Amino acid sequence: MAAPARVGLRRWLSSRAPAPRICVVGSGPAGFYTAQHILKHHDLAQVDIYEKLPVPFGLVRFGVAPDHPEVKNVINTFTHTARSDRCAYYGNVTVGRDVTVGELQQAYHAVVLSYGAEDNRVLGIPGENLSGVYSARAFVGWYNGLPENRDLKPDLSCETALILGHGNVALDIARILLSPLDFLRKTDITDCSLAALACSKVKRVWLAGRRGPLQVAFTIKELREMINLPGTQPVLNPADFTGLENAVKDAPRPRKRLTELMIKTALEKHREKAVMAQAAVPRQWGLKFQRSPQEVLPTADGMRVRGVRMALTRLEGSGDSAKAVPTGDMEELECGLVLSSIGYRSLPLDPAVPFDTQHSIIPNNLGRVMGVPGLYCSGWVKRGPVGVIITTMNDSFDTAQSVLEDLQEGVLDVSVSKEGFGAVGSILRSRGIRPVSFSEWEKIDAAEVARGKAAGKPREKIVDPQEMLQLIGH
Amino acid sequence: MMLVTILCSVPVSALIQPQVGWKATRLKQSPSLPPQGGCPNFSLFFFFLLSTIFITLTPACLATKDTPGDTKQDLSSMIAQGISGLVRPLLSGLKVSKTHFVYFCKVTEQNCIRSKQVSRRGFSSTCKLQCASGESSSADPVTVHFINRDGERLTTTAKEGESLLEVVVNQNLAIDGFGACEGTLACSTCHLIFEKDVFQKLDAISDEEMDMLDLAYGLTETSRLGCQVRIKKLMDGLTVRVPVEVSDIRSQLEVGKQSKQ
Repeated sequence: MAAPARVGLRRWLSSRAPAPRICVVGSGPAGFYTAQHILKHHDLAQVDIYEKLPVPFGLVRFGVAPDHPEVKNVINTFTHTARSDRCAYYGNVTVGRDVTVGELQQAYHAVVLSYGAEDNRVLGIPGENLSGVYSARAFVGWYNGLPENRDLKPDLSCETALILGHGNVALDIARILLSPLDFLRKTDITDCSLAALACSKVKRVWLAGRRGPLQVAFTIKELREMINLPGTQPVLNPADFTGLENAVKDAPRPRKRLTELMIKTALEKHREKAVMAQAAVPRQWGLKFQRSPQEVLPTADGMRVRGVRMALTRLEGSGDSAKAVPTGDMEELECGLVLSSIGYRSLPLDPAVPFDTQHSIIPNNLGRVMGVPGLYCSGWVKRGPVGVIITTMNDSFDTAQSVLEDLQEGVLDVSVSKEGFGAVGSILRSRGIRPVSFSEWEKIDAAEVARGKAAGKPREKIVDPQEMLQLIGH
Repeated sequence: MMLVTILCSVPVSALIQPQVGWKATRLKQSPSLPPQGGCPNFSLFFFFLLSTIFITLTPACLATKDTPGDTKQDLSSMIAQGISGLVRPLLSGLKVSKTHFVYFCKVTEQNCIRSKQVSRRGFSSTCKLQCASGESSSADPVTVHFINRDGERLTTTAKEGESLLEVVVNQNLAIDGFGACEGTLACSTCHLIFEKDVFQKLDAISDEEMDMLDLAYGLTETSRLGCQVRIKKLMDGLTVRVPVEVSDIRSQLEVGKQSKQ
């Protein structure tokens, strides 16, 4: 069927059916892109977005680094969506506690779960709970003003930090730890974190991964940024890159360029090292490969971290599926701060929703939750906590497409009218929950921007949910 | 004379049921689609009524000497904006075809004194409508064809110097998720595939663009980011393809399966 005719038919069908009411749980990129796609391709659908925090936007607000403001431009299109007629935002509502998924399913024709990954993978090694060891997720939440991490108070009084992991989050943390303070001063990093970083003694950051250079998960833009960070020197061991130039000769362009950049940096800096050896380059960062953490070693008093014992590995297989196998050799790396950046992780929301505990995702087929008609999922909770915003965007459109198809095919029965927030609102009221509307968020937004203005920052984030609620008179 | 304008508008607005809190919805405009049927006759009536008011009042306002400080353009733009402010709730209430509304807004926006300058590095996604600046009226428009993901051809005109992302946004082309980072080289959603001969004539690609292009789905040898490619005269008749994303392939397969059942 030709595209215009198909669209015309869809419009005709949708104009004769009652308005479908859709509920989206989570107001990060997944939630908003799913909502956006449904609203754009269905002329009558009404979409309500629920969010557990008073404020929207999820990882765009709390995950993207403060010195990457352009990535946050997506907030503009999300704002446009939230302000549109057929979309409503309800913040300060924790689905699974304030209202169950079952109750949402009764009130809406379709429910889309887009609540992301609020937890992290654990190392599972001794000493992991020593003082001075943090998950990357908590550290990022801390400098980005995520309420639950506002009291982290990471100890930055040591000289050497070790980040476990070779992804973009690991690079983000390294960059925030070593950036000149002037760079950070004009960003939306929280005041509290800025003060802590101003007193930081950290001058050396190692990023250690279990596998080799060909398996790094970070991307070239972030690597280039780190290499060019003023006041810092990259430390890459040329021995780690022997023979790799040849190995990537025929690799896909992204992998090839990324590896070539690392090789170039390793060789350049090695030659210059002798010259710069005594130069007062205040800060260093480096990549360590084929090192798997086995134990976090305590100080003499047993209270804090003093180092990490690593097993040296060799690779079995190649490419993305290469596996790291311990060789038996060990190495101790001295450090006073350990950041475990080995991945975020989703948690089950509600007993009514199936959950794959092995992969920590909701089992689904093209976004349709398995075994539960009318329930869908999008974003990290659907595919796992990997990928940048475009990945989540495409994935969300994918799920939205499934919802639209099910509406068109009658899999979702819209002849039965649903109350939407009409029903949920009463439930929340009876439980003493008062949702935050989008225009109320805009008041919080305006307050943050005003507070930031004085300091020359785009905003000064409010990190206490109670303060947010008081500001809007709740 | 502003008072006269307001007084004349009052009876008009009294006839309309104002839509409280009308908000602009994202306009879904595709040149290949016919305007959606709504109540076109009703809307045209009000359009002419309000235009008549506008045309009648403007010379009267300009003729007075009550406000020596105002320029002629100030007054007409104020009236135009006042009328468009009235018309928005009207059109929303009558559920008029969106393409009619876009046309009307373009008429009023052309009365803006300042053209909205679109910066090289980025622009607000809320700036959907292009203001005719008048400065480039001497440049011939260039025709560009976008082949959308579902194969649909979207044809539009563009100005020399505009980036392809700006063309998509300003012409409101129905390409899903295009230009998420608003032209700041922080995503790859404006990825476009060019024909080989045109590709070779484009300005050299920077490392920064290539870094982001590396993350794009369906990368080809003639791929570029739309926000970094600016229209040149030689691109008249240019055809670019919006790459099919992984999800598109799967959803097309799925729809195919369903239609066979």
